[in-house]
Amino acid sequence: MNEVIREFLLETHENLAQLDLDLVQLERDPRGTETIARVFRTLHTVKGTAGFLGLPKLQAVAHAAENLLTRLRSGEMVYTPVIASALLAAVDAVRKMLDALEKTETEGADDFAAAIATLEALLVAGNAGPAHVPAPQVVPVVMPPVPAAPMVVSAPPPVEAPTPAPVISVEPAPVVIEKSRSLNPPSLVSAVSTVSAESAEPRSAAVSDSALRVDVGLLDKLMTLVGELVLARNQIMQFSTTQEESAFLGTVQRLNLLTTELQANVMKTRMQPIGNMWSKFPRVVRDLAVACGKQVHLEMDGKETELDKTIVEAIRDPLTHLVRNAVDHGIETPAERIAKGKPAEGRLALQASHEGGKIIIKIVDDGRGIDPDRVREKALAVKLITPEQAERMSEREITELIFLPGFSTADKVTNFSGRGVGMDVVRTNVEKIGGTVDIDTQPGLGTTLKMKIPLTLAIIPALTITSGGDRYAIPQVSLLELVRLEGEQAQQGIEWIHNAPVYRLRGNLLPLVYLNRELQVADTGVDGEVNIVILQADDRQFGLIVDAIHDTEEIVVKPLQKQIQGVTAFSGATIMGDGRVALILDVLGLAHKANVVSGLRERGMVEKAAATDAVPKETVLLFATRSGAHMAVPLSSVARLEEFPRSELERVGSRYVVQYRGQILPLLDVGKALGRKKKTRSSAAHQKSSLPVQVIVYTGQGHVLGLIVGQILDIVEEAIVTKSRARRRGVLYTAVLQEKVTEFLDVEGLVQAVDPDFFDATPVEV
Amino acid sequence: MADTHQYCTFYAAGLYFGLDVMHVQEIIRYQEMTRVPLAPPVVRGLINLRGQIVTALDLRRRLDLPDRRDDQLPVNIVVQTDDGAVSLLVDEIGDVLEVPETDFERPPDTLTGPSRDLILGAYKLPHSLLLILNTAKTVNIAAVGRI
Repeated sequence: MNEVIREFLLETHENLAQLDLDLVQLERDPRGTETIARVFRTLHTVKGTAGFLGLPKLQAVAHAAENLLTRLRSGEMVYTPVIASALLAAVDAVRKMLDALEKTETEGADDFAAAIATLEALLVAGNAGPAHVPAPQVVPVVMPPVPAAPMVVSAPPPVEAPTPAPVISVEPAPVVIEKSRSLNPPSLVSAVSTVSAESAEPRSAAVSDSALRVDVGLLDKLMTLVGELVLARNQIMQFSTTQEESAFLGTVQRLNLLTTELQANVMKTRMQPIGNMWSKFPRVVRDLAVACGKQVHLEMDGKETELDKTIVEAIRDPLTHLVRNAVDHGIETPAERIAKGKPAEGRLALQASHEGGKIIIKIVDDGRGIDPDRVREKALAVKLITPEQAERMSEREITELIFLPGFSTADKVTNFSGRGVGMDVVRTNVEKIGGTVDIDTQPGLGTTLKMKIPLTLAIIPALTITSGGDRYAIPQVSLLELVRLEGEQAQQGIEWIHNAPVYRLRGNLLPLVYLNRELQVADTGVDGEVNIVILQADDRQFGLIVDAIHDTEEIVVKPLQKQIQGVTAFSGATIMGDGRVALILDVLGLAHKANVVSGLRERGMVEKAAATDAVPKETVLLFATRSGAHMAVPLSSVARLEEFPRSELERVGSRYVVQYRGQILPLLDVGKALGRKKKTRSSAAHQKSSLPVQVIVYTGQGHVLGLIVGQILDIVEEAIVTKSRARRRGVLYTAVLQEKVTEFLDVEGLVQAVDPDFFDATPVEV
Repeated sequence: MADTHQYCTFYAAGLYFGLDVMHVQEIIRYQEMTRVPLAPPVVRGLINLRGQIVTALDLRRRLDLPDRRDDQLPVNIVVQTDDGAVSLLVDEIGDVLEVPETDFERPPDTLTGPSRDLILGAYKLPHSLLLILNTAKTVNIAAVGRI
């Protein structure tokens, strides 16, 4: 059935029931202006919708009734039982037409002219005196055109006794004639109830009976109660482990199953097909396409995929934004498309599906795709990245830049998109609900955006852990695995890259974060054991070191009040089995806080490096700094290795230099430069030792400089696969080389960091 | 009687305070709290109020008063706000007082510090001054500097 008609039926059936009540109520209190107004509004709505849907007969009946009510409302006429009967008859007529509409999608063959005539007659007669508007006087005039319609018209009752109400029943359908006769002389109330009882019967499986409108507030309340029930269940389950009574255990088991089922069903009441939200997109796409002079064909797949109401709300804006972007930026103008050999009409597809407990929504277009060169230029132009970074970044990383704040590739800002507040907001909003957004683009062929979002937010499985003596919950969706180090492993399993702890997880370096330190609470862990919760934040993994790991529980997510919303480490709170409150860790927020996910999300580097089959071998020079850290530089940028006696070091201004092959070579102590954050002039503490200084003569980007190192270790040729993101400035990345965690030196970055005008001010004559 | 107001009264650091009784949802004795690391110090923790999670704010800290002794258990005054219920931790609960409007006076300009914004004024009672707090501002700590 047409969705609009379905909605209309559902709504009108409900309203009619109220209308019956109101009309009866009015008989008792004819001056109930509010009731009259309500009746008026209902009929007005019916009339309007009927007109919209092209149902002239329904419209006519509603119109006639509405006219009468207008008079009543303005006080020109007084509500009388006669009027009541006429209006009720009109309601019945409306109801019949709705039934017909439901069965045949037409108004039906019945003609309700008589009902209309009665209403109009009353209108003409006015309220000269209620008792003086006897329907019989008027009806005969109108009767002839509809001789088939038998009318049961009882005389107007005495005004002072309204209860045994008269019935002007205008029922042309033969089935109803009998009924109308049986109403003789009925009380109005019973007449109404008979009618509704009668009409309810054939509609048993009808739209209006199989669906109810329920207040969202009530559903939320139910959800909260089920949440409480889940908690109580958890509590009892916990208690039951100490019990042996089999009858009790059996009951607990049953309670457990029932609760789970109840929870699932209540969750279902909050589910909405994504199609409801999508229904506005054809219009959005059409309008936008027209405005941009484009032709776009919108396809929608998986409309029936259901999501929790709160999620639907949360992704509405991001999704709209992505759809607009696709039309505005993605799909080309017809002329452009034809020139490229594509059909003039662009294709935009929305696809939704379930995948492993999550919903995947894809927005696919066959437009121009995202040109990495343009993104790079743009990013450089607005100084989102430095030229050095741009050079090092892969195409995929470049594409990811569009998710940075302040980025837009649109050449000109249009009305619809390209204001530079776009993709970053999309990603932030989706991440807020525990989802992710990924982009896959092929220049010239199109772009696919993939949103991965959880099914529901209200009740989630979570791991409980302890840190600093308090319990916290970690949503299971972010959880990858648990690692426990004991005894000797606990001592040696954690290695340090300068001040950043790492753990070798199957050959990959996993950055570690101490939860106690991030939360600034006391260490309460047991000595000799380390518990690592390995988490996924964005595309990156990290290990969270906690004091103790407990079990997984279903928790009810409750939002934080605004007093503590500013704390990014938590996404909500929940009530645990023992009734105490536990905070829910915001994995992404925590990752940001601990710099696991950097501001400039250089995503995919780890995975990409590991995924590439033929990793080119690199020859690197291994050395140790004077403070003992293992580092490497590419051999291709090493000119020579030199040893200078300390006495040859000379001071120029605040820097150290050495005369080298007729030139002045500026020196930089790597260990010192890395050790300090702010400006550090080249080392000054060489004098104390009489040992010669080890120097790597480094060439790169037109500069020559000497790197003072502690010790030259080796030159190795290795395929570097286990890269991990740098933890400090002056380091490109870290990797395992010859079984040692080694940092790859970023000489330019380091010089820039410690002394931006190092080269400018140094007298180098190349 | 039109010119009287009802206040729920309580003590904190020896001062006598009042909150509009219409804003007070309930008063409960001290509850176990879950602390919130990284939150502003005024947030003492979260309590479970019949399944609802309520933030507990320490009124002493809110008003820059010295902390109470460790062995002194505070009382929760749960107040209704636009953002749901919030608990204010105070030292001791007083009576619900009905006071005439005429006894009210705005605070002097010499009142400074965080209290300036929160204290609407005082009722001159025979034995002491009843300081009236602005409920909405008292529970709104977003305005206070975050850590």
